[in-house]
Amino acid sequence: MSAHKMLAEVGCHIQANCGFPAPGLNSFNFKPIFSVGSFGFTKPMLLAIICMVIVVGFFWAAFGKPKLVPGKIQLIGEIGYGFIARGIARDVIGKKGDKFVPFLTSIFFFVWLMNIMSIIPLAQFPVASRYAYPVALALLVWITYMYLTFKTHGFKGGVKNLVWLDGLPSYMVPLIVFLEFLQNVILRPFTLSVRLWANMFAGHMLIVMFSVASWYLLTPSIMSAFAGGSFVMAVGMTAFEVLIQFLQAYIFTLLASIYISGALEEGH
Amino acid sequence: MLNLLAEAGPQNPLIPDTSELIIGLLCFLIVFGVLGKKLLPNIQKTLEERHDAIEGGLERAASAQAEANRTLEEYKAQLAEARHEAARITEHAREQGSAIIAEMREEGQRQREAIVAAGHAQIEADRRQVTTVLRQDVGRIATELAGRVVGESLEDNARQSRIVDRFLDELDAKAVETQGAAK
Repeated sequence: MSAHKMLAEVGCHIQANCGFPAPGLNSFNFKPIFSVGSFGFTKPMLLAIICMVIVVGFFWAAFGKPKLVPGKIQLIGEIGYGFIARGIARDVIGKKGDKFVPFLTSIFFFVWLMNIMSIIPLAQFPVASRYAYPVALALLVWITYMYLTFKTHGFKGGVKNLVWLDGLPSYMVPLIVFLEFLQNVILRPFTLSVRLWANMFAGHMLIVMFSVASWYLLTPSIMSAFAGGSFVMAVGMTAFEVLIQFLQAYIFTLLASIYISGALEEGH
Repeated sequence: MLNLLAEAGPQNPLIPDTSELIIGLLCFLIVFGVLGKKLLPNIQKTLEERHDAIEGGLERAASAQAEANRTLEEYKAQLAEARHEAARITEHAREQGSAIIAEMREEGQRQREAIVAAGHAQIEADRRQVTTVLRQDVGRIATELAGRVVGESLEDNARQSRIVDRFLDELDAKAVETQGAAK
């Protein structure tokens, strides 16, 4: 249970001589549901596991026993699969991308569902706003494309693929090599994970902010008008989040496929 | 970098929680494992089968169409040939028929002529025979008559026939004279 909810529930309103319980990092930290030694099982962990169960469950229902003439669930699953297989893997990587469709499909639907948890009643928390989850995925993407780079080009070619640009004047080489290394090896996984995390973090923060504010302002006075405004904003931001959740899952998957494509390409 | 971030404070949200990292990895790997090992290959196979079924169906339809066209062509060719054959036979029969008719006509003509010729020959032969018989009879009668008249036997054959011929010639001459007078 996060701090702002506790404050809101005890009836802290604007004219009750009570400061605004501004949401902050405390909104993203949860007390463990249960603890085993130093390990605390928290709500985001539970949500991550639920997301896993839902993704596996859905695709099991859709593709467990696939038929030539698809049923409804299979049809929806096929649309999702085709979206990744054709819309991302084929478009970005090409024919060689077929091998990575399972990886990309898993990333997309797992991330998307973790994001959707932000607006599901009772869950109401984007799992990816805990930085560890984007990091876990970005780490796997990093391992994948680094492995592919060296597997495709060998050690020397792989290093060249990561840091080298052809046709540079010699005095630029050290700088560019340094920057390319920084960009391709260090910053990529960082930006990939931070992008997802920051979007989910900010989105959740906005929704919480307006939700808390509408409760805080809800008094039998003119302030209830502002409470109404805040509520409308909260609803609007929630709708907006639906778009962002999909978009961020898509961008994460798209970038992963672009990195894989870069690792497989001949020239750099 | 993580150390730098850590110095920013105990609540720094950019420090990944280790247990969450492990949970996140496990959850994703389970999703990836099940989807990648079983479910997505399943659907990929089904999609290919469906593609085959659709493409195969089209191909089968196309080949059936081609087969039908080929059969139709064959039938048309056979029909044309049969018509041609029939026309040829008819023509042949017509030619043969007219040839037979011409031949028959010619044969008829020939037979008619033969019959007519045979008739003429028969008539001529009869006439000759009659003339000969008549001449002998007339000669005999005339001789007998003359013998009786002159009392002289004209038994001698040579003389007899000479006399008869002369007699007949005289008769002929008389007849011619009589005809000439009648005219």
